[in-house]
Amino acid sequence: MDNIAIVGVAQTKYERRKKDKTYYDLVFEMTKGVLEDSGLTLEDIDNVITVSNDFLDGRTISSMAVGEAAGAGDKNISTVEGDGTFGAFYGAMRVLGGFNTTLVVAHSKGSEGDVKHITNGMFDPIFQRLLGLEAISASALQANAYMDRYGVREESFARVSVKNHANAKNNPYAHLPMELTIEDVMASQKMADPIKLLDCSPVSDGAAAIIIANEAHARKAKTKPVWIKGIAHCAEEYFLGDRDLTNPKSLRDAAKRAYAMAGIADPLKSLDVVELYDAFSYMEPLWLEGLGLCNPGDGPKLLDDGITTMSGALPVNPSGGVLSSHALLVAGLARIIEAVLQLRGEAENRQVEGAKTGLAHGINGPCGQSHCVWILGTEK
Amino acid sequence: MTVNLNQVESLTLQGQIAVPYTWWVGRVGSRFLIALRDEAKIIGNRCNRCNTVYVPPRGNCGSCFEDIDQFVEVSNEGVVSAYTVVRFKYPLQPVDTPFAYALIHLDGADVSLAHIIKADLDKLKNGVRVRALFKERSERTGHILDIDSFQII
Ligand SMILES: [Zn+2]
Repeated sequence: MDNIAIVGVAQTKYERRKKDKTYYDLVFEMTKGVLEDSGLTLEDIDNVITVSNDFLDGRTISSMAVGEAAGAGDKNISTVEGDGTFGAFYGAMRVLGGFNTTLVVAHSKGSEGDVKHITNGMFDPIFQRLLGLEAISASALQANAYMDRYGVREESFARVSVKNHANAKNNPYAHLPMELTIEDVMASQKMADPIKLLDCSPVSDGAAAIIIANEAHARKAKTKPVWIKGIAHCAEEYFLGDRDLTNPKSLRDAAKRAYAMAGIADPLKSLDVVELYDAFSYMEPLWLEGLGLCNPGDGPKLLDDGITTMSGALPVNPSGGVLSSHALLVAGLARIIEAVLQLRGEAENRQVEGAKTGLAHGINGPCGQSHCVWILGTEK
Repeated sequence: MTVNLNQVESLTLQGQIAVPYTWWVGRVGSRFLIALRDEAKIIGNRCNRCNTVYVPPRGNCGSCFEDIDQFVEVSNEGVVSAYTVVRFKYPLQPVDTPFAYALIHLDGADVSLAHIIKADLDKLKNGVRVRALFKERSERTGHILDIDSFQII
């Protein structure tokens, strides 16, 4: 693969309601912000990708409404409907395909629609949607199967929530920085067993953008380039009942391919920091298993042993993760941005000292039906 | 005129989207729903290459990329392979909370069917046997909820 790099990042603060700004305003602000961060101008950008979802925006072909705000007036512009990691994946492909630079911008305002209705719409309309399934109850089925298969206790999930909400206190962009105890999480409102309110990510409003450049244009940017060493995404079956929810096989496949591309044989040794898509607390240990960082069933042990805490050998979600800020679609792009900030040494209070290789991860579909894995590095 | 935007009140407008859809179920799915409606039976189908029995049935096998033409009747009974007792309410839930969603591995099938359980929630655990409780014939319309729910046996 040719050398390509992320040379600019921008994100909004994530919050419950962005009353003062429209989608258009947010995309404009992020486009300006990412250009400013990179030191490039709009003239340096030859390709634009927007990331949006029509159900979330309440608008047909929602991408068409934000092209101008993304500075795409005279440029190639196309869209990804899905998580920001997948939009960025497409952006990387466009640069590998011959464009000099690609600006990727994602936005969502969960506060304006009804997220339960929207996630119900993920399911097929004939056999599953009419049951009323949505993201929380579907994820609860996965958490239940995971606990049952490996004897995982609810307290192990609560511990993830405590860690990530506490990490969020070091992230000025986070929606829900909180000092919690395991007891707080265990006593929070029961949603769908075993998932309780504090096991769930919030619904946030927010936007984010990155610029990906080829090697020649990476030199023009003022930032320290963060090189894309490996990327892959894979998907599994659509129907929940067709899948083994305790074995995220599409994540295993995607991780294997991304590691191979990056020349990583032992990810636990090679990685310095991980930002993953923990929409629910149980997802962090399950995705760590899928990423091959431990054996199946041993995910919770990584936190019990302190490995994934800020002071551990492999901090996971120093930003506070998706559990503390969840603007749908934007959240995966935020994982990439957080990994970039870590590798640039600009993550301030949440900095993992000396981080050289980072992993960012995003998901699409119920219970992580598809996964996108990014390996980023400070060296070409 | 320069306006201090921080002092402008933030207005909202109510949307009016209500897009009606009428889904064609397709012949394979129709066969399944008609069996629920007319016979109170659960129909799946079997891929001839990998022998997987799918419920609900589908036109082709995604892992073999082959058409499927062989329907099979599966049992109205099976075991719970995952479940959750739902405590929060929202308008698209078909029954009052608390109720459970479960993935049910029906005897004779190789995949699980998502459905609901209404009663004996305190007895619910993985591996427990359940049986489909059908609505009365007059109430069945060719709908996944022609199976009213699954009951713990
Ligand atoms: Zn097959």
